[in-house]
Amino acid sequence: MPDVLKAIGMSAAILIPIVVFIVLISLVVVKRGEISMLGEPHAAAAPAGAVAAKTTGKAVPRRAILSWMGLAWTAFAASMVATASATGRFMFPNVLFEPPATFKAGLPDELQEGQVDERFKQKFGVWLVKDIDVQTGAHGIYALSTVCTHLGCTPDWLPSAAKFKCPCHGSGYYKNGINFEGPTPRPLERYAISLADDGQILVDKNSKFQYEKGQWADPRSFLKL
Amino acid sequence: MAKIIDSIKNLFQGLSPAKIGQAIQETQLYRSVFRVGVPDTDRKRMLVMLGSVFLHLHPVKVRKSGIRMRYTWCMGGITFFLFLVLTFTGLLLMFYYRPTLDYAYVDVIDLREQVPLGIMREMHRWGAHAMVIAVWLHMFRVFMTGSYKPPREFNWNVGVILLVLTLLLSFTGYLLPWDQLAMWAITVGSNMARATPFAGHEGPGAALVRLGDISLVNNASDARFALLGGRFVGEGALLRFYVLHCVGLPLVAGFLMAIHFWRIRRDGGISGPL
Repeated sequence: MPDVLKAIGMSAAILIPIVVFIVLISLVVVKRGEISMLGEPHAAAAPAGAVAAKTTGKAVPRRAILSWMGLAWTAFAASMVATASATGRFMFPNVLFEPPATFKAGLPDELQEGQVDERFKQKFGVWLVKDIDVQTGAHGIYALSTVCTHLGCTPDWLPSAAKFKCPCHGSGYYKNGINFEGPTPRPLERYAISLADDGQILVDKNSKFQYEKGQWADPRSFLKL
Repeated sequence: MAKIIDSIKNLFQGLSPAKIGQAIQETQLYRSVFRVGVPDTDRKRMLVMLGSVFLHLHPVKVRKSGIRMRYTWCMGGITFFLFLVLTFTGLLLMFYYRPTLDYAYVDVIDLREQVPLGIMREMHRWGAHAMVIAVWLHMFRVFMTGSYKPPREFNWNVGVILLVLTLLLSFTGYLLPWDQLAMWAITVGSNMARATPFAGHEGPGAALVRLGDISLVNNASDARFALLGGRFVGEGALLRFYVLHCVGLPLVAGFLMAIHFWRIRRDGGISGPL
């Protein structure tokens, strides 16, 4: 039973404002028609009912809008618009069944010096690397995107060769993400990394940093330890 | 500024809705779609009806009594309208519903709690109840007005099949929420298929269908097994009912509806008062 009430409530919430809007528009149009007719001497003298019947010319659009068929078609068109917009909204889900763009990745001490952490590759598409920064030489952790900058495949970390190697077209990257072989035009991208209040690493995939644009100098792209 | 306003005024001067409409009607695009033009004579009206795949299912002329609500109750039209509503809302539900044991029930809950507006499933469900009622009332009206008599006896039979299809659509849709009610309703309902003559393993004559010592109709080879895709209501049954509900039965119903409407036209229109 609450379902029915909810359904009625939701339909009413959509339809009532539209109907009110149509009625208001109609009233405004009718009002304007009356004012213009009152300006005419004959119309002012005649009783209200006879005005609509006798006056020609300007009174016609007023009657056309007032007619029940006109109102019915307008209401029908409005309900169609409401249906179409509700359907459009329906296609954009409120709940996503995918991993969040921001996630906590454990304590910095869990990583070995020089290690490429593959724990978050499958679910979040992120490599955590504890190493020195390629530009400043500072010690810390950075989060590399696992998307190949050539055509978007996922490269593999090859520990023996100490490089990221893409299986699709053979692009290769050093541990710091700089490209050195294959068709790829630019280095891997970094995600924003910081420390959460509880001391865990916090990776934010909403901001990315590109080396070739000089964005790796941004302190948010590197977690100094 | 005044110059710009003047030029805009000049641009629209002499333009009226009638003239714009005229210009649109003279384009090749319009003429390729609407070949006859404005149907202002009886001949053109007939050509419009015959030239459209949708309209040609309708009679060219309808008796005035044929559209009198007190006579027809408009129940056939309402049934068709509800079928269209159910097709549309059902299509939208398919974007969120997954017919598997893990997801079916949660997806139905999410359709109410999480999906935008949250009424699409309610509209589908109540629309389905309304359609079953409307179909019965339509049949009642046709019976009471004697519209099943020749030359309409064939259309009555098409209608009876459509009634059965409506009930089957209702039955198959009942399982999809995958709650206790659905599970046991389908378990009980499909048990009837056990008693199918010759084709159900508990039905009359099933024991006769055998090859020497081997019984051909058992609980893993009878009508109920074919319906459920298993010995009990499980994943196989859910998927089967889903496919029947969304594709199989609507397809057959749509096909028969086209015949049903076409036959109204061929058999002399909606029957009039005696």
